Amino acid sequence: MMGAEFVQFSLTPILIGIFAAMACALPGNFLILRRQAMIGDAISHVVLPGIVMGFLVSGTVAAGPMGLGAAGAAIIAVVLIEAIRRFGRVEPGAAMGVVFTSMFAAGVLLLEQSGSSGVHLDVEHALMGNLEQLIWLRASGWASVLDPAAWASLPPELPTMALTFALIGALTLAFWRWLKIATFDEGFARSLGIPAGALGFGLVISAALAAVAAFQAVGSILVIAMFICPPAAARLMTNSLSAQIWWSLAFAALSAILGYVLAGYGPLWLGARDAVSAAGMIAVVSGVILGLAVLFGPHRTGARAV
Amino acid sequence: MTALPAHSPLAVRGLSVTYGDKPAVEDVDATFPAAALSAIIGPNGAGKSTFLKACLGVVPRLSGEVAIFGQTFEDARARVAYVPQRASVDWDFPATVLDVVQMGQYRRAGLWGRLSGAARVQALACLDRVGMTDFAKRQIGQLSGGQQQRVFLARALAQEADLYLLDEPFAGVDAATERAIVEVLRSLRAAGKSVIAVHHDLATVAEYFDHVFLINVTRRAEGPVATAFTAETLHATYGGRLAPMGTGLRSQEAAE
Amino acid sequence: MTQFWDALTLQAGYNAALVALGAAMLGLAAGAAGSFVTLRKRALVSDATAHSSLPGIVLAFMLMVAMGGEGRALFGLLTGAALSGLTGLLVISWITRRTRLAEDAAMGAVLGTFFGLGIVLLTVVQNMRAGRQAGLEEFLLGATAGMLREDAILIALGGAMVLGVCWAMRRPMTLVAFDAPYAATLGYNTRAIDLLIMGLAMAVTVIGLKLVGLVLIVALLIIPPVAARFWTESAARMVWIAGGIGGAGAYLGAAISASAPNLPTGPIIVLVLTAGFTLSMLLAPARGTLWAALRHARMRRRLQRGA
Repeated sequence: MMGAEFVQFSLTPILIGIFAAMACALPGNFLILRRQAMIGDAISHVVLPGIVMGFLVSGTVAAGPMGLGAAGAAIIAVVLIEAIRRFGRVEPGAAMGVVFTSMFAAGVLLLEQSGSSGVHLDVEHALMGNLEQLIWLRASGWASVLDPAAWASLPPELPTMALTFALIGALTLAFWRWLKIATFDEGFARSLGIPAGALGFGLVISAALAAVAAFQAVGSILVIAMFICPPAAARLMTNSLSAQIWWSLAFAALSAILGYVLAGYGPLWLGARDAVSAAGMIAVVSGVILGLAVLFGPHRTGARAV
Repeated sequence: MTALPAHSPLAVRGLSVTYGDKPAVEDVDATFPAAALSAIIGPNGAGKSTFLKACLGVVPRLSGEVAIFGQTFEDARARVAYVPQRASVDWDFPATVLDVVQMGQYRRAGLWGRLSGAARVQALACLDRVGMTDFAKRQIGQLSGGQQQRVFLARALAQEADLYLLDEPFAGVDAATERAIVEVLRSLRAAGKSVIAVHHDLATVAEYFDHVFLINVTRRAEGPVATAFTAETLHATYGGRLAPMGTGLRSQEAAE
Repeated sequence: MTQFWDALTLQAGYNAALVALGAAMLGLAAGAAGSFVTLRKRALVSDATAHSSLPGIVLAFMLMVAMGGEGRALFGLLTGAALSGLTGLLVISWITRRTRLAEDAAMGAVLGTFFGLGIVLLTVVQNMRAGRQAGLEEFLLGATAGMLREDAILIALGGAMVLGVCWAMRRPMTLVAFDAPYAATLGYNTRAIDLLIMGLAMAVTVIGLKLVGLVLIVALLIIPPVAARFWTESAARMVWIAGGIGGAGAYLGAAISASAPNLPTGPIIVLVLTAGFTLSMLLAPARGTLWAALRHARMRRRLQRGA
């Protein structure tokens, strides 16, 4: 299991899965503390039309244009939600529902219309991801890991995902104090001169970035599990924000590793022939971790307001 | 357990309520008189609203018994009308003033019954009693705070109950509304109904009410205003925060 | 264009007519039931339960195959969907009652986890011999191609039942949505009524799975009520306006989808409803933005003249 075959077929998907899960978990921590978890739901749906638009405009499945398209779609979605909420006096949950279902429907329609072009972009992958296919065929074993020549044949999703995680991590570190204050008490943050509105917007944009990058690996809908489950479980482990973030990263990485291994090798252990969806299994593992935290987490309940 | 008196509109024995592990109301006894205006008085956080909600089963009670006209609340429900604190509803809800008042008639109309023309006339009469007839078609969010409070009182009137429980009916309302509400409460008393209100303005207690119940987690005093609303009982309820001032009692806010 | 006209007047063939009528009934029921859901501010909960229905569909299929059946009986699949959606709902309330996590976090977690489990099971089925032609993926985004008479009748009957319950329980549901503590003092069981509201949403989800799919069904529950709200200040009228918008939008969407290839029914219906929402938000006299802007301008003119 840990030989050359592992490096060829499992190493890169697992690494991509880890980076994707951790990149989503970082902004997810702040989304759940700000009671905006369902923004993650909205983002994970609107990424689809963005990616399709990026693909239609550029004509390629390259990460760049598709990522730009998806980031653009996320921004449009956030602006539309805010406009409907404010000018239409619609409550936020319903405004979100109107916008993301409409944009998702538009994305599916565009996808169906472009379906005949035969390029590798279909609805099923968009929903389920294709982590299993992000393999490193040219690797000949663990030696390849240290061989710069072999790196050239790495799936491009790996460096993209690693960079995305690094970027979001750096942003979180750079704005740590602001994020902490603005998440805890937005009014107080404003009184200190912290641009809380821009900060909230930036948080949504970085969540969108993570979703776009993770989209390739785990598909559009499962991104929501990555946003919510690890941070939610982490929330039940500690009362300190920084500790919560470390826990969430650990849970995210654990979900990715366990999920991929269970999906790839679990059925074989049970005597079945074929692997099951890795993206789905990663989501399930993250949910099971949350379930365990709900049952046994040391800080399940907090100070309740009287 | 001694039998709870049947003549009292609301009688309570050994009532306790906790939030988490903090007692909000502890082992309270109370007996409110019929056909009278009663005030529940106590400092902020003393459990006044909680006491009322526990009597109505809106918050679960830890222990104790509650009798309404000698019956359990479930059996006497049709005889009770409750006016909650204003803050708790969505003011953008698609409902007109008349819609809100007619909600008080839902129980009588039953599941299937139509709300008849007579019911509508009755609802309009209730609006008239609080001076809000002209606003019947307005969406409730378009009213001022005092007007909203009057609509909620009209909704309670539409229930045609015998006991009216009001949670801070005068909080944040204008002077005209306060006068209108007092008028309605007095007319209820004249019709033999009982009214119990959570109240926080000590300056108006003697003017508006017949009977007081003083609470600060535990019961501190109870009785007719003349005997139970005194410097001693207020001191026992509010502690040293309130200087005894005889009959010219100032409100707690003013004293601070 | 003639094709569109044919579809609109039910002349485009038996299957297209079935789809259009089924869609109209579904839209009508969804608009009415969705009104109570959005008034209670539970719109996104129904999204979470819709996504949670996927594992139930696949498990029901596997069970029916294991019992020697073909596994595609729609009624069985929908029962599975309802059971697992309900489980999702219960898990959400379990998490919020047991922990400090807010409801939105619980919703997101349940949505993602259940959907993930559904995807895992879906790949299991695809690996089964009987599963290759199962076409369970159709439940994600809906498919109308193979719709049968029985399916259409199931949708119509289910929709009529949802409508009936909405009418019978309109008062308690409105009251709980507006002021739940007050409803409790009147003697209504608010927990049961809340469950009924979510149960209606669940019923719409289940009967809409075949036509619209579980990813987009929530749009039928949210968009018509939100659009209807712009036209009226009365909850009772809002319910029927939402039903009208939902029914008309779904019928029109089904007709458009039948008039050309590559126009998937579910997304087209959603986009028609979106158009209806946009028009309502701009043009409705009661709360539409254009009228509000007009009133605002007139008011300002009057005040300036008065000054």
